[in-house]
Amino acid sequence: MNDFPTVASIAADVAAGRVSARAILEEHLTRIDSRESEVHAFNLVMRDRALQAANEIDDRVKRGDNPGRLAGVPIALKDNMCTRGIDTTCSSRILEGWKPPYDATAVKKLAAEGAVFIGKTNLDEFAMGSSTENSAFGPTRNPLDTSRVPGGSSGGSAAAVAAGFAAGSLGSDTGGSIRQPAALCGLVGVKPTYGLVSRYGLVAFASSLDQIGPFTHTVEDAAILTEVIAGHDPMDSTSIPQPAPALVGVLGAGVKGLRIGRVADLPKGADPDVLARLDVAFDELAKAGATIVDVTLPSLSFALTAYYLIAPAEASSNLARYDGVRYGKRVAAGDINTMYADTREAGFGDEVKRRIMLGTYALSAGYYDAYYGKALKVRRLIADDFARAYAAADVILTPTSPSVAFRFGSKTDDPLAMYLCDIFTIPTNLAGHPAMSVPFGTGQDGMPVGVQVLAPTLGESTMFRVAAELERAA
Amino acid sequence: MSQRLTAADVAKVARLARLNVSPEEVERYTRQLDGMLDHFADIDNLDLANVEPMTQPYPLVNVLRADVEQPCLDRDEVLAVAPAAEDGRFRVPPSGGLHE
Repeated sequence: MNDFPTVASIAADVAAGRVSARAILEEHLTRIDSRESEVHAFNLVMRDRALQAANEIDDRVKRGDNPGRLAGVPIALKDNMCTRGIDTTCSSRILEGWKPPYDATAVKKLAAEGAVFIGKTNLDEFAMGSSTENSAFGPTRNPLDTSRVPGGSSGGSAAAVAAGFAAGSLGSDTGGSIRQPAALCGLVGVKPTYGLVSRYGLVAFASSLDQIGPFTHTVEDAAILTEVIAGHDPMDSTSIPQPAPALVGVLGAGVKGLRIGRVADLPKGADPDVLARLDVAFDELAKAGATIVDVTLPSLSFALTAYYLIAPAEASSNLARYDGVRYGKRVAAGDINTMYADTREAGFGDEVKRRIMLGTYALSAGYYDAYYGKALKVRRLIADDFARAYAAADVILTPTSPSVAFRFGSKTDDPLAMYLCDIFTIPTNLAGHPAMSVPFGTGQDGMPVGVQVLAPTLGESTMFRVAAELERAA
Repeated sequence: MSQRLTAADVAKVARLARLNVSPEEVERYTRQLDGMLDHFADIDNLDLANVEPMTQPYPLVNVLRADVEQPCLDRDEVLAVAPAAEDGRFRVPPSGGLHE
């Protein structure tokens, strides 16, 4: 564990006038100056804007105005969230230089509570990847061991927090892109219930799966950030029109009487060091008064197939908008179809092209029923499995990632091996449920292991209670 | 290699997706996509006849707001970040160029 200040402590100290937002920011900028060239967490460090924002917070405190729940907290944003007038690239050449004309709702909500945005973080291009090696601007390195990947796709957001460049960050999770890098970097990472956090201003990858969530060092910090960004938004038609669950207030409630599901037919593939930590997690929760119950999820082994047909299908449709007409790169040509194809050839990287092709194929005439149509039915089987399991268990525990952080280049030549990194995180997105990764000790080579807590729709309160207990026991 | 799809399939899909791909890319994507489809065959033997497809975590309903004028994106601001604009509109080259 490190001694970086938490979201909770910074906000309390700044609000009480014990420390200035400016001093907090400078402390983080100093760490950026010393290690960013090695880590490459950011596509953009927003030094001047951050200084201005920090000064405004300090003025508010001096005037006696309420500076907000996140007063002076340096926050990093994954570079697929729109920030008005500030470059938003999705780590793709096709959006290089584009400055959105509006802010994402989650970004606005953080700013309204006094957060100070310190930068836009690197990602696998358009959030497609599990290692951040697919960024057009070069990979991010894991701050705990720079010969290893930070995970992905939100690798920059994870690395920024793990290196102490920001106290917290936002990522997006379509198939594990928050939870897996959180596990690999020793952080807490949350994928909220689909519809709990507005997707307005999040550049779409797979619209029925995408969800924004936080990275932090502690479960309490994750609860604070999730509470701030959650809630109904009329700008997102899939936003849940209900009050968001209370989280910070339940963290001390313990797990006595809770039923913790152990997946009896967990898909193979996790390393022994990861499974050993999962066993300890069950033991600790049982010691704290929870009951461990066996559940079965027989369709889980088909989740990878369903996901890698559905997500690319949605992506092939969503990414049709990058055609050189309205924003980003254009390669000039004498006619429009040549312009489309030349622009997309020059703008998209290898993995993005591969997924567009896979998705286009799965949706094309003659193959729709065999691939996309079937995948949607498997998605239903998985959701039904979870519904049965949650009749017997309040939450389910699994590994987050099958392994600790791996080394650069070890999976880049085999797309399927990279996709298998997401085997334990994907089912949650298909079902639309919440899940979070909690750091729980270390495995091979002393690298962190994450335990994943899964819960049913809007089950965040119970999920956070269990996460808090795991944090106490870790 | 199982030959679930051919280089011609890949070339056709690339055209549908408005992607230029080189002969080397066609060769590589054919091999990689074929390997994936091979893995995805694990769902081939599932009995899905009576399963309802799930397109969204929640049933989608139309969401309508009150019919009251509200601020929207500024046209000049939007066009300012476009690759080419003229007279308040996006400027594009003439249609054509789609070869089968």
